[in-house]
Amino acid sequence: MKKLTTPQDFFDYQSEVKKSVDPKKTQIIICAGSGCLAYGTQKLIDGFKAEIEQQNLQDVMDVRASGCHGFCERGPIVLISPGNIFYQKVGLKDAPEIIEKTVLNGETIERLLYKDPQTGEKIIREHDVGFYKKQQRFILGQNSQINPTSINDYLAIGGYGALAKVLSETKPQEVIDEIIEANLRGRGGGGFPAGWKWDSTRKAVGDPKYVICNADEGDPGAYMDRSILEGNPHTVLEGMLIGAYAIGSSEGYIYVRNEYPLAVTNITLAIEQARELGLIGKNIMGTDFSFDIQINRGGGAFVCGESSALFASIEGRAGEPRAKYVHATDRGLYDKPTCLNNVETWANVPLVISKGAKWYQSIGTENSKGTKIFALVGKINNTGLVEVPMGITLREIIFEIGGGIPKGRKFKAVQTGGPSGGCIPEEYLDSPVDFDELTKLGSMMGSGGMIVMDERTCMVDIARYFLQFLEDESCGKCTPCREGVHQMRVILDRICEGNGQEGDIETLEWMGQAIADGSLCALGGSAPAPVLSTIRYFRDEYEAHIKDKKCPAGVCKALITYKIDSETCNGCHLCFKPCPTDAIAGEKKKLHTLDQDKCIQCGACYEVCKFDAVIVE
Amino acid sequence: MSDKVNLTIDGRKLEAPAGSTILQAAKDANIYIPHLCHNDELKPYGACRLCVVEITHRNRTRIVASCIYEVAEGLEVQTVTERVLNVRKLVIELLLSRNKKSQVLQDIAQKLEVEKSRFELDIKGCILCGMCIRTCKEVVGVNAIGYKSRGFTREVATPFDETPPDCIACGSCAYVCPVDFIQYSEKNGVRTIWNTEFPMQKCTKCGRHIAPVKQLDHFKETLNLPEDHFDICLHCR
Repeated sequence: MKKLTTPQDFFDYQSEVKKSVDPKKTQIIICAGSGCLAYGTQKLIDGFKAEIEQQNLQDVMDVRASGCHGFCERGPIVLISPGNIFYQKVGLKDAPEIIEKTVLNGETIERLLYKDPQTGEKIIREHDVGFYKKQQRFILGQNSQINPTSINDYLAIGGYGALAKVLSETKPQEVIDEIIEANLRGRGGGGFPAGWKWDSTRKAVGDPKYVICNADEGDPGAYMDRSILEGNPHTVLEGMLIGAYAIGSSEGYIYVRNEYPLAVTNITLAIEQARELGLIGKNIMGTDFSFDIQINRGGGAFVCGESSALFASIEGRAGEPRAKYVHATDRGLYDKPTCLNNVETWANVPLVISKGAKWYQSIGTENSKGTKIFALVGKINNTGLVEVPMGITLREIIFEIGGGIPKGRKFKAVQTGGPSGGCIPEEYLDSPVDFDELTKLGSMMGSGGMIVMDERTCMVDIARYFLQFLEDESCGKCTPCREGVHQMRVILDRICEGNGQEGDIETLEWMGQAIADGSLCALGGSAPAPVLSTIRYFRDEYEAHIKDKKCPAGVCKALITYKIDSETCNGCHLCFKPCPTDAIAGEKKKLHTLDQDKCIQCGACYEVCKFDAVIVE
Repeated sequence: MSDKVNLTIDGRKLEAPAGSTILQAAKDANIYIPHLCHNDELKPYGACRLCVVEITHRNRTRIVASCIYEVAEGLEVQTVTERVLNVRKLVIELLLSRNKKSQVLQDIAQKLEVEKSRFELDIKGCILCGMCIRTCKEVVGVNAIGYKSRGFTREVATPFDETPPDCIACGSCAYVCPVDFIQYSEKNGVRTIWNTEFPMQKCTKCGRHIAPVKQLDHFKETLNLPEDHFDICLHCR
């Protein structure tokens, strides 16, 4: 590969790459994100390739293993372009048929199409599928357009064009002004305006200045950043390059979890490819701007996603936060001015630059612009990654994009913002999703986790789960977080075990406020949120546990009994096998009984019964 | 003078050197702020959170640790507010749950009108203020001990819980420990600390034990003293 020595050189090379794409060739785009790979997509990719080779069809079609398409619930996903034909739950045996019927003869295969659960209608094109309809996938949408291991694929969709534009015609301060005008806010949790951060780092005294990409995503159930790094690593690099140019930085780091092996592989390859073309390294595109990026793999501590702990980790010390009374923009990594943004924030930068701040500003609400990617998980029909404009309502995300709650159950709450976010009840489902609104509701945007809970979720138990996670992940430096979160969890334990005491709720509230006020970093500062928000919205459930010794959702084992309803049980015997303690007795087609002495409240019978004959009290 | 800043603490107008902390400024003005993990000889650490205060600066009010927060022009500090007291009360209750016998903790608790800890007692003794580790590193310059594990299970330990290879048995860790958790003993010319026995050097004149051999070697090396510098004890000199 030749090195590009001027911006013009770059644009020439880019048009060359664009021209080399044969528009008549059909693309069989197979999602090879981590979710689909777990379904066994690699075999599917190999199968398609082998079939094409066997039939000698290389000139008419190509297989593209792309990044995550978002609709993980329906993987493995195959997209046929042109036409945007959307096939879901595709198996290896479907490959020859797809090639034969759809690619060669333009027919759709009914059984692979997505069926709308409400109307029963079969949907042919991706953009008509309910899950995608309301989304605006500026960032995630690129995933299906490229093979993440090919820099040329990225160049062909205009990639690195924003960098070339900036290097050839924009002054660093103008870049920062553009980002400020767009009001791009940090996607990692805090929502701090990225442009201001860049500006402070640019103006800070110190050399070198560092630019860091925080890819230490660790919230349970969240994988937005993972999917961007895996599926479109070059867009993150381009964002960082533009940032570095604006700030005046020559050194960058990507701090990525080692538990994301595909992300590490793809970003490493992307850096190599960009370096070969002269897009990373010394005198980029022949200008005075030089910038290089190193990858730092995290050891798996959640707290290392906190900026000062992340710096400590890069410096080779234990990942322990320090007080941030002096901003990282002044003294961050190695005590030098440092600008740290999260993966999604960096991925937004090329978009802002190429489409302009005015355009970017047109999306979203007054103080939250652009789109946000959420990992929609939990008790939801359409599990997956969604990218929506700021200001969309929770109801639209959960019921229209997410397809509602499985098994016709009732929605109870949605937790946004990761483990230290809050749980939002049904009455606020019509609230717009943006930084300020979620904070008002006692939750937060966080990095974009969205966990949906149904009526069978106990809010005390869920608060305990998140608190336990944070207790395990607390670094242990400051007292309120280390000891306080632990003691709050001990109180929740006893409430769930039926030993809750009068005054426990008030103690939790008091502790929660003091921990939030007194902790050293944001982990402790926000750790009480799941407890405080569930007390705020589901206080009666706490009271039921403490006063009545009952778990209304039927979850806390010490507080529930399973019974078989003699009216509805038809003796189908389905509950018989899963019971691990042989507590269920009775013959087929006759009423079953449940021996309370043997029952361990595992709920296996409750889950399998098709007639709601197992009841929980 | 440009290297001084004006601030108020509890309504009192004060002047403090730029770059100093609120805790230092308060100390200089004889204003009491409880603290446990701070020592003037050590770098500010901000871990115990007992020294929190409420500040108002540029129209923003928040709780900060006074041992790390640097004074600034126009800063308003309140050392006793409801929020501040709640944090301190919680912290002292939590620390008492780790060590209810410590007089230092009990004294602070009394000042905060905390009678006892309402939390489950899980007696470990150590309150994890980190003074031992930081003293060993920053003052002695040895770095023989550190933390192991994290969160609630965090402990001060020697590397791999084994005999500490770098420890010189100087006992500084025990000296700075505010709750007397770290202890050492001396018997028959041997100092025992961190589960390790360290032979002590005898005075060539009176035969009394001076200090652990490793500690004296460390001093000789770092201070460039002659090899026989510690052969004779202070009494016999």
